[in-house]
Amino acid sequence: MSDSSGFFNEMLEQDGSPRAPYSRIANWLKDKPNSFLSKKSRDAETIFRRLGITFAVYGAEAATERLIPFDPIPRIISASEWRRLSAGIDQRVRALNAFLHDIYHRQEIIRAGRIPADLILQNEAFLPEMAGFTPARKVYSHIIGTDLVRVSENEFYVLEDNTRTPSGVSYMMENRETMMRLFPELFQTHNVAPVERYPENLRQTLESVAPDPAKSEQTIVVLTPGIYNSAYFEHAFLADSMGVELVEGRDLFVDAGKVFMRTTRAPKQVDVIYRRIDDAFLDPLTFNPDSMLGVPGLFDAYRAGNVTICNAPGTGIADDKAIYAYVPDIIEFYTGQKPILNNVPTWNCSREDDLAYVLDNLAEIVVKEVHGSGGYGMLIGPTASKREIAEFRKILENNPSNYIAQPTLALSACPTHVASGIAPRHVDLRPFVLIGDQVRITPGGLTRVALKKGSLVVNSSQGGGTKDTWVLED
Amino acid sequence: MLGRTAASLFWMSRYQERAQNITRLMEVAYRGAIMAYDGQAEGHHWQFALACSGAETGYHEKHDELHSRHVTNYMVFSKDNPISIRNCLELTRNNARAVRTGITAELWEAINTTWIEFCDTSPQSVTQEKLPDFLAWLAQRSHLFRGALLNTVLRDDGYYFSQMGTFVERADNTARILDNQYWVLLPDNEIIEDGSSERYQWSAILRALSGRRSYRFAYPNAQLKAFNIAEFLILRREMPRSLAYCYDWLADTAEDLGHFYGSREPSLDLAADVFKDLKEKQMRDIYQEGLHDFLIDFIGKNNQFAHQLCEDYNFA
Repeated sequence: MSDSSGFFNEMLEQDGSPRAPYSRIANWLKDKPNSFLSKKSRDAETIFRRLGITFAVYGAEAATERLIPFDPIPRIISASEWRRLSAGIDQRVRALNAFLHDIYHRQEIIRAGRIPADLILQNEAFLPEMAGFTPARKVYSHIIGTDLVRVSENEFYVLEDNTRTPSGVSYMMENRETMMRLFPELFQTHNVAPVERYPENLRQTLESVAPDPAKSEQTIVVLTPGIYNSAYFEHAFLADSMGVELVEGRDLFVDAGKVFMRTTRAPKQVDVIYRRIDDAFLDPLTFNPDSMLGVPGLFDAYRAGNVTICNAPGTGIADDKAIYAYVPDIIEFYTGQKPILNNVPTWNCSREDDLAYVLDNLAEIVVKEVHGSGGYGMLIGPTASKREIAEFRKILENNPSNYIAQPTLALSACPTHVASGIAPRHVDLRPFVLIGDQVRITPGGLTRVALKKGSLVVNSSQGGGTKDTWVLED
Repeated sequence: MLGRTAASLFWMSRYQERAQNITRLMEVAYRGAIMAYDGQAEGHHWQFALACSGAETGYHEKHDELHSRHVTNYMVFSKDNPISIRNCLELTRNNARAVRTGITAELWEAINTTWIEFCDTSPQSVTQEKLPDFLAWLAQRSHLFRGALLNTVLRDDGYYFSQMGTFVERADNTARILDNQYWVLLPDNEIIEDGSSERYQWSAILRALSGRRSYRFAYPNAQLKAFNIAEFLILRREMPRSLAYCYDWLADTAEDLGHFYGSREPSLDLAADVFKDLKEKQMRDIYQEGLHDFLIDFIGKNNQFAHQLCEDYNFA
């Protein structure tokens, strides 16, 4: 199991002895035959399939719903590692919210010359309709999933700030449930921080940003595009675990500037909408007129302060890949502090020098589409064929400002159950943050794992799997 | 509760009930086809299943002959047949998925596992010898659905709407089977010799409505008589698929729903009226009125009730 590949191994030191947070697990794994983990994996799959914990893959015919492979070996984070990570995340999400407020108001950061005006004002994710409007408690992005990767004992990088509609929190919770069913004995010997308070915390967060937080009963809904959406399971899961209605656009309507849902009885006024549909589809009167997913008049009701939309429209500008390179500046500008968590060095292909470097080094780096997600529209230089690189070069030259590039990172590897036994596979981590009357970070997150040997692609739509993430308490 | 949620619960139950009804019709047809002692061609029995379920026209657009294999594929597995068991199960599951938040884990698992296992079954593997086992499995899965619904779902509006779906569909199904065969149930057919084709058809009707055994208990001399069979399936409230039983449930459920919301809607009165009518009627009145006319009228009222329900509670 020892790894001489030069990647940081989450479980083992260079000499093959276990790192402190993994000492018990390593010991427990030692005398388990491969058949034991194989059986547990099959048990887990049965649980997931019966519960319908699935996601849809766009464009994949027939198999419209798939399971995300689940790996039964947990990824473990020590209490001290977590303290540092959560301090860094806390700092980052506060700064991003301050940034959002600023660019939709006085735009001090542009005036100060810290970010080029064009990068924001010409950006598709910037919504001029939001200018001058202040959401409750000045919070724009209430639910954030921060993607982290680790390259060494003490080096974590933020890969992406998902400030629009981060998904995966239901997997974090179901993975934990499944682990507790499969290996109850491990929870007796490890002091694992619970993740089960997430739905309660989400509800508190949403209530705290209601138009009138003093009202005794807030009507909260989760707005989904419907059962064919790739994350539908999660939308239903969240509504269910918060005890609120899961609605589609057609269930809502606006009357006299207020939002109501159609019930079997009288219409019921809605205070907070946790929306899982994109900005462009929210309101056909303000945005995409062809959209059937949204609610006509919703945006006016929002601007009149009669309903809160979470996350706020226009938050996409904060996780835009072109803005990403400026996040360290954003943190310094709004908090006056050095960032606790590092960015991955990033080349912005809209800059001539950066583009030249990227074109010269395509075989060594990762190029990503600015608005892409889910591992689509990207090039991973080191594993791409010559032909793929040549084709990508043309695309990039045609529209350079649509791309950023980053060095390929030596992502840490975590022991993972594979056909031949246990082997290290690359992982990333998405902790989930809630921002309302306070910042709440759930101790844990979604660990995604690249199941193919050597692969750095962890996206579920590209065949990656997930693991339970344990944050140990002291 | 969202109007759309109410609609999904109603249709979830309706499609599951429909899948169960088609399953039973296929069992009856299969049985008839392999016995074929009544002098009827094998195809005649498959025709019965197609006709009672309303799939006859659709089938004949695709196939010229009544062949067991084709009927099985069309009625069980076909995506083109809107009421195939496959499509009913998929619609059951889609409606259940849309209300994941409104149903219990037990009910969802019953529905989801049925669908997964159904999809794992290749139509080629269900040969004619294996058809009875497969149909029996489907019937068991319907019972599991109903058991999970009755045993785990909270007795609130959602439960009432799903009950409505079950019994509207069941009443419709019973009335259609009776109407499809109404001439064999006319009282002139009173004296029938053993082995005649009518006798076989009576027994097929009873089987199609799971009533063969209960009929023997309900009518002490246990003789198959058209009058008794019609009465059993229309007016006897102890028979779980009779029209009277269905409206007993619908009227009761309507009453409960009215209490739950603290208001009475027109649909609730409609259900009460239909039930009252069935309670007061005698079989002789129905024959006087004309069995076929009575059944057509009933099917219309049943539809009218479903439409009114949809309107009263904002089904989207």
